[in-house]
Amino acid sequence: MTIVYEDHDDEAATDVPVRRIKFRINGKKMAAEVEPRLLLAHLIRRGLGLTGTHMGCDTTNCGACTVLVDGRAVKSCTMLAVQADGHEISTVEGLATASELHPLQEGFKEEHGLQCGFCTPGMMMAAKALLEENPDPTEEDVRWALSGNLCRCTGYQNIVKSVLWAAEKLRS
Amino acid sequence: MYPSRFRYEAPRSLDEAISLMHNGGDYVKVLAGGQSLVPLMKLRFASPELIVDINNVPGLAYHRTDPDGSLHIGALCRHADLERSDLLKETQPTMASAAPVIADPIVRNRGTLVGSLCHADPQGDWASVVLALGGAVMARGPRGTRAIPLADFVTGPFQNVLDPDEIVVEAVIPAARGIRSGGYLKLERRVGDFATVGVAVAVETIGEKVTRAGIALTGVGGSTIGATAAADALVGRPLTAESIGQAADLAAEVARPRTDHRGSAAYKRHMVRTFVQRILSRAEAAQERAA
Repeated sequence: MTIVYEDHDDEAATDVPVRRIKFRINGKKMAAEVEPRLLLAHLIRRGLGLTGTHMGCDTTNCGACTVLVDGRAVKSCTMLAVQADGHEISTVEGLATASELHPLQEGFKEEHGLQCGFCTPGMMMAAKALLEENPDPTEEDVRWALSGNLCRCTGYQNIVKSVLWAAEKLRS
Repeated sequence: MYPSRFRYEAPRSLDEAISLMHNGGDYVKVLAGGQSLVPLMKLRFASPELIVDINNVPGLAYHRTDPDGSLHIGALCRHADLERSDLLKETQPTMASAAPVIADPIVRNRGTLVGSLCHADPQGDWASVVLALGGAVMARGPRGTRAIPLADFVTGPFQNVLDPDEIVVEAVIPAARGIRSGGYLKLERRVGDFATVGVAVAVETIGEKVTRAGIALTGVGGSTIGATAAADALVGRPLTAESIGQAADLAAEVARPRTDHRGSAAYKRHMVRTFVQRILSRAEAAQERAA
């Protein structure tokens, strides 16, 4: 896989340290050659073209870039791509199957869990990690689990309802 | 934002990691959870030449009590592991109340207690907790392993006494001789924000009498502040409204808060007093219920 950068350095290209990594993304086995300073979010968005993972604040605050690494929610702007070596990454693109939305996606649709939609992929991935650990969360549990994800539109009410909707659907 | 260019190594043993640190040049950093280091590198506040990623070193993700009663927290034990820990809930009230308020839930999945101690941010919650408990870090380097009490470890904002080729392999909380009580309270404007004020209180009692006490303050000075006079005021007698009030006043006195967008210095000092009082009053009430 090729990743193209803007060139700001005068170093000869041969001096750039590059490492080969292997990982799974949404179940698919991949390999990539990455510079160690490449962030996981950039590998996902630019390298793999999976632009469902959003970059919001770029400073570990907003949670828009949340993906799952081995099932745990991680802010992908704050992890190096080289650290994904040997690990399993899940992004929002992995939620739906070819024919069916994931219950979380359905929940966000049914309960109007988004307005501009920018935070939504991160919200869904954080919610996915919660529901895998706790299939029957209370409203408080949901608010707690999503407290690292910021939304500037909704006031969170409908996001919480969406996750509870999904939890119920997943249990039935 | 990108970090500056660096070399990256991911050793599979501690010995290898230490040798990389030793031979790695002038500016080497250990990467564990990365939740403070990576943002600093992206902002170019830190531009190490070499990153030694210890995430592939086996056997560092533990937290456990040893037969002597001391608690050991490995360098790869994540905040989330501590938040979910029954061991902490049963034996470490101050730590158990701090774990759920570190950063936010997603950051807690990666960030580590040991990393937080080494980062030595005056706003770091764990440093206060470990200081209040009289804890230490175990630093390993080419010349062996040494224990550094937390009180001697942090020397200023983002500064610690580690040699450039040393790695903190674990934090150690000494065994309690009495019954532990206490807690951690943090005032923050929203989840994940830096503490406006944080207060850690750790008390041990035998019978009614307090046999050991530690109080430490987060975010109200250029470094973590140990309120030793406040803690000493509690020792040798039972927790009473009087002793609690005294400790709260003494703790507020050693705070060095600055007025900023999070609040005025007077407000922060007031909150230190309130938090010390609140934690100790709860401990006192719990003791009465138990008796």
